[in-house]
Amino acid sequence: MWSSKTSERIAFTLLFLATLLILVPILIVLWVLIEKGMPEIRWEFLTEMPRRGMREGGIFPAIVGTLYLVAGTVAAALPVGIATAVYLTEYAKESRLKRLIEIAIVNLSGVPSVVYGLFGLGLFVIFLKFGSSILAGALTLAIMSLPVIITASREALASVPQSFREASLALGATRWQTIKHAVLPHALPGILTGTVLTIGRAAGETAPILFTVAAFYLPKLPKTIFDQCMALPYHLYVISTQVPNVRPSLQYGTALVLVGLVLSVNLVAVLIRANIRSKKRW
Amino acid sequence: MKRCSEWFIERLILLNGILSIAAVILIFFFLTKEGIQLFKEYSFSQFLFGKGWYPISEPPKFGILPLLLGSLWVTVGATLIAVPLGVASAIFIAEVARGWLKEFLKAGVEILAAIPSVVLGFVGLVTLVPMVKKTFGIPTGLTALSGAVMLAFMAMPTVVSIIEDALTAVPRGYRDGSIAMGATRWQTIYRIVVPAASSGIAAGVMLGIGRVIGETMAVMMITGNAAVIPHTLLQPVRTLTATIAAEMGETVQGSAHYFSLFAIGIVLFVITFLINLAADFFLHRKK
Repeated sequence: MWSSKTSERIAFTLLFLATLLILVPILIVLWVLIEKGMPEIRWEFLTEMPRRGMREGGIFPAIVGTLYLVAGTVAAALPVGIATAVYLTEYAKESRLKRLIEIAIVNLSGVPSVVYGLFGLGLFVIFLKFGSSILAGALTLAIMSLPVIITASREALASVPQSFREASLALGATRWQTIKHAVLPHALPGILTGTVLTIGRAAGETAPILFTVAAFYLPKLPKTIFDQCMALPYHLYVISTQVPNVRPSLQYGTALVLVGLVLSVNLVAVLIRANIRSKKRW
Repeated sequence: MKRCSEWFIERLILLNGILSIAAVILIFFFLTKEGIQLFKEYSFSQFLFGKGWYPISEPPKFGILPLLLGSLWVTVGATLIAVPLGVASAIFIAEVARGWLKEFLKAGVEILAAIPSVVLGFVGLVTLVPMVKKTFGIPTGLTALSGAVMLAFMAMPTVVSIIEDALTAVPRGYRDGSIAMGATRWQTIYRIVVPAASSGIAAGVMLGIGRVIGETMAVMMITGNAAVIPHTLLQPVRTLTATIAAEMGETVQGSAHYFSLFAIGIVLFVITFLINLAADFFLHRKK
């Protein structure tokens, strides 16, 4: 039998190898995308319409479509998400309602993305008659994003010291004034982090927009929120599985743009978080 | 005046809070509203246990057993890979790694969580699928195995981060006590820390499984999408999620095929609902 010191060394080595087994494929994924996608990243690729059934040209409408969708998602999800977080941290007492809301949030975060797509189709596209449109797609993505924003905002609000609230209330401020002036401003960076993460997630999701907004091939820009649009993730799906004989470099290029967009958004979140930590004075 | 606006704002905030509950109910309502109409013309037991999914043949068959089994095979495969690896990495990141290595590994897992599933599906299509085909000498690499490997990889951020949180939440005193008794760090980890975090570990595994069952795009791209009852992991399969995503575009609104996809949505919703409830139960048990 080995000494306990030897078995510790063996165990730690195995744990390390398991970790590598997760990490190495990530590096491979990024490396493959950069190596094969980078040559395609030219100005024309980013700013031109696709041509010849998406076998030539650029991905401009897909980029624009994704930006519109993300903007719509944040505009719809942020106010509701923050208000919910404020309710849960500042107003709600330990009650059955609070527990119910919490369970609802947990379940919203677990609903499969394609089921959100079905829901968006049933409610926004058909029942509310928005049709397949940016509005329907953004609202679907917004509901899917709610749990992320709520959870991040709750953490941010909860990390504001209780004494801030007490001081404000002691000065005669009402509850809402206290929240507005003494709590929310200090929670803002944390809320921002959650928002940025939502942007990254919404930009990359495909399944919820499949039946609610995404256009297969639409070489023009949307004019109103009731128009369909192309979107980067759906475009990648289409040119890598649905359209035959697409140049591989076009696929890699599109994938790289999407990953680049999502990761840079996440980098912003990391920087904001680092900034909060360094500036915290309490 | 001030009291009045205060009252109004408080009501508004409460309303937003209730919106999350409303969303869950609305999702279920709209899935049911469309899905239930399938059962006017098709029997429920034929739907759940029927062995054939031929939605456009005449007469159509809407038996989801092949799809359920497709999801099951892929999920079991992914779980078998993801759980040991995920638990091991979480232990390494939370308990063993220190300093820059720890930060680097955490960042790596966060990056993986951020990569869109359609991108991972694409990369799987050009790397993993040919590899599986060559290794096993089979006619196509679009198999349940490829899907399971990919999904294990995609479930990793969920599994690792939740288990890591659970391990970190174990009080320092437990570790100190064990070390003071002369135990090594490894003995402390597997005899003290891991058992103390068992609820959180169970929750991490449950949520990982939930993620795997619900994953759509990557699975649709690399599992081959053949709606047949699978017998080995090296066969193409089609999951519940992929069926909805792949077929909804071709259906006619208000047809039985269209309703059947919503009915599959209900099945998925119920499965993930139960899994999340279970995970939530594990997470709250320790308190």
